[in-house]
Amino acid sequence: MNCHDALLVQAYLDDELDAAQSLEVARHMEACERCGMYYRRLEATRGAMSHPQLRHRAPAHLRVSILSTAPRTGAMARRKLPTWGLALAASFLALAAIGSFGLLRGMGPRQDAVVAEAISGHMRSMQLNHLIDVVSTDQHTVKPWFDGKLDFSPDVTDLAAEGFPLAGGRMDVLQGRSVAALVYRHRLHVINLYQRPAPGSTEPAATAADGYNAVSWTEGGMAFIAVSNVDPDALDAFVAAFRGRNSLRNESKR
Amino acid sequence: MPALLAAMSPAPDRHRTARFEACFLPHLDAAWNLARWLARSDADAEDALQESMLRALRYFDSFNGENPRVWLLAIVRNTTWTLIAKKPGQGVHESLDEDLHLLVDGGPTPEAVALVASDIAVLQSALNALPAPLREIVVLRELEGFSYKEIAAITSLKIGTVMSRLARARERLAAELVRSPLEVSP
Repeated sequence: MNCHDALLVQAYLDDELDAAQSLEVARHMEACERCGMYYRRLEATRGAMSHPQLRHRAPAHLRVSILSTAPRTGAMARRKLPTWGLALAASFLALAAIGSFGLLRGMGPRQDAVVAEAISGHMRSMQLNHLIDVVSTDQHTVKPWFDGKLDFSPDVTDLAAEGFPLAGGRMDVLQGRSVAALVYRHRLHVINLYQRPAPGSTEPAATAADGYNAVSWTEGGMAFIAVSNVDPDALDAFVAAFRGRNSLRNESKR
Repeated sequence: MPALLAAMSPAPDRHRTARFEACFLPHLDAAWNLARWLARSDADAEDALQESMLRALRYFDSFNGENPRVWLLAIVRNTTWTLIAKKPGQGVHESLDEDLHLLVDGGPTPEAVALVASDIAVLQSALNALPAPLREIVVLRELEGFSYKEIAAITSLKIGTVMSRLARARERLAAELVRSPLEVSP
């Protein structure tokens, strides 16, 4: 194997190849033991580097001192808040900024607001270490967990086979209403999928704001918003996978 | 950094500050993570981050809605480099042979690497042992999940250089990972 191949194998690991190149590298590795071994070593090294304690978190006093110098309006921000409250205030501001600077495109104002809130909720969930209330990759554990906490039953489907393993679920609030947030992982990224009951049916609409992507759609009596910092193609693939599985399940229930 | 933003602009533009915070506070952990791994001490990382936020606020008007995480981390990266370049022993001036000679066939087995994957002390010392130009690529790729293109934008390196440095960094990292336990034993 020459060095050119080594970089291709690495790019395959890092998901930087297009479909045709990926296929080529995957085929090559089936036949070539050296490349297969090289790939597995890269994979093991990446696995080691995914240890959660390796990532340094900004000390709370830094966050507080940046925030404390900025002028605020609104009761929530005026109170002396602990760090989580300040982060919440930051998300609130993020929402205000997203809304007022027209970064959301191609949607009506009401849809804007709820998607912006979902993006803000996604950011908050990443920031407050409150990503997951029920940690489980098993949909039969996650779904019952919501019983009694919500007045509806969310659609929970594991998508590990499609590259989006279920990581758990969380209660969240959108527009003053309790909603279900399912948490999926895709490589190093997190996808939050919000669900709340809504009538009608709309096709998936994509939005980008502040480095985050969101896709919202309505079907089967439920409104969905998927939010993540994965690239738009990956988020579309996630939405397609979820809708595919879900419609299959709903048909078999009938 | 008390009164940092207020000190920046004596008559602070509330709206601008709020917009600045909304853009960049969500990425404070990422900024800190990069500065901390590059500087390798809390005090230096704090200096670097303080200076970075001042610069970011100063240049904020030139920010036009591109990826805020990439924009902020490019500033953090350059600021931290400037800071650590003044200090000895950071591996900043270690010459990197950009020609790639990967030991594709050598190196530890995946199993040997996996063996230390849960030992946080070993992982930290292995990553700290990399020279800064390799360390930053690993932090951006493995810890922050940036794409090659984003890493190139943050570091002002060519994508090809990012790829070869990443490969070399991973190779050295694998070697450091399996070496570490032997070195600490008497």
